[in-house]
Amino acid sequence: MTSSTTEPTTYAVAADADVVRVRQAVRDLAVQAKFSLVDQTKLVTATSELARNTLVYGGGGEALVALLDKAGRPGIEIWFRDEGPGIPDLDLALTDGWTSGGGMGLGLSGAKRLVDEFEVDTAPDRGTRVRIVKWRR
Amino acid sequence: MSEETYDWVRLLQENRDDVLARWTEIVRGSLAGRMSATESSHDLREVLDALLAGQGSTDVRSPSYDGLRSLLAELSRTRARQGFTPTETAVSVFALKEAVLGLLQASGDLRGYRAFADLSGLVDELGLFMVETYSATRETVIAEQAESLLELSTPVVKLWDGIVALPLVGTLDSARTQVVMEALLQALVDTGSEHAIIDITGVAAVDTQVAQHLLKTVQAARLLGAECIISGIRPQIAQTVVALGIEFGDIQTKANLSDAMLLALRRSGLDVVKSGRGRG
Ligand SMILES: Nc1ncnc2c1ncn2[C@@H]1O[C@H](COP(=O)(O)OP(=O)(O)OP(=O)(O)O)[C@@H](O)[C@H]1O
Ligand SMILES: [Mg+2]
Repeated sequence: MTSSTTEPTTYAVAADADVVRVRQAVRDLAVQAKFSLVDQTKLVTATSELARNTLVYGGGGEALVALLDKAGRPGIEIWFRDEGPGIPDLDLALTDGWTSGGGMGLGLSGAKRLVDEFEVDTAPDRGTRVRIVKWRR
Repeated sequence: MSEETYDWVRLLQENRDDVLARWTEIVRGSLAGRMSATESSHDLREVLDALLAGQGSTDVRSPSYDGLRSLLAELSRTRARQGFTPTETAVSVFALKEAVLGLLQASGDLRGYRAFADLSGLVDELGLFMVETYSATRETVIAEQAESLLELSTPVVKLWDGIVALPLVGTLDSARTQVVMEALLQALVDTGSEHAIIDITGVAAVDTQVAQHLLKTVQAARLLGAECIISGIRPQIAQTVVALGIEFGDIQTKANLSDAMLLALRRSGLDVVKSGRGRG
């Protein structure tokens, strides 16, 4: 099985406009990788959620976007990372409807349902890293 | 203070009026009548005095150049807003080199060249500083224009007596969603409408933030005595919204704008019937 990764492109996530920019970049890549319209929309929406969490709760950070290839099947991998306060109780944060702010509390748990791979690495002294991957069907 | 007996500060001080005259001439020529002679000579005199106030420092960021930097920043911002190019902006300081060179050539003063070389480096830095300020200002101008476009691109249209519609198009970021939703509520009040249709056919993605804005708008509209219908939810958006776990509760949704329009008409006690005169 061959698998490869392109050099990831890094995007700053420091303002509302950056969230839009990352989302747009992911959309472009998903179109390029010939994702279906549904999968494009799911991935873009997950990106929107996670980038906004990076901005709002992580105090800003960055998103790394890369194109994967697993035996000829393209995938898109995105890392979101910040050096914010971290998530004290990840299970709680992943509970539908739980928010520490004024949100709907669906961003994190919803994003997880929208993608194929979802990993969170978070600690109070290290900030938060979320990795997602979506493969072309 | 520098031990140099003849530095550029002295060179400029001794030839202040001559330098100023040459400098103004060059700047005016390059701006081709877009700046009055008195305006530019006034600006340049201030810049020259602030430059001399630095007492020969070659560090643009040194506190002795605070006055100079704020003058140049102001000048750059003004030029940026007036639509001058970056070159036309930075030429104001770059032209000082040409003015001094002209002076040296005219007087055949060789001592001056060493002093000139020192001045030259500083002027280059100042020019770059102006370009930086210029770009930052242009970005602000562009952002301001984008913001006003944002307001323009939120047309709330009256479809019928008592029915308004808000067609949403493009990428909804937080700022834009806020603006459009406020526009809709205002239109409900202004027109006294009891029905609003929010059409999202043109929206690329609905995330929790957009959904939350939508839900809050519907609730606010209810407080104003109006009912909202959301139309144009395309299949990919519907699937995504469901996967996210967003529930629209008792809010009416319709596949397209015309179905929503029909529902709003019915709710207003109207109906659309074939006239019989049309083709069967
Ligand atoms: N990068 C992060 N750093 C710190 N805390 C985070 C981060 N991302 C999420 N959280 C925490 O997890 C909670 C749940 O996140 P989630 O995205 O599910 O909901 P939300 O952002 O509050 O609301 P929304 O539904 O609008 O996204 C947040 O309220 C926040 O407390
Ligand atoms: Mg969130």
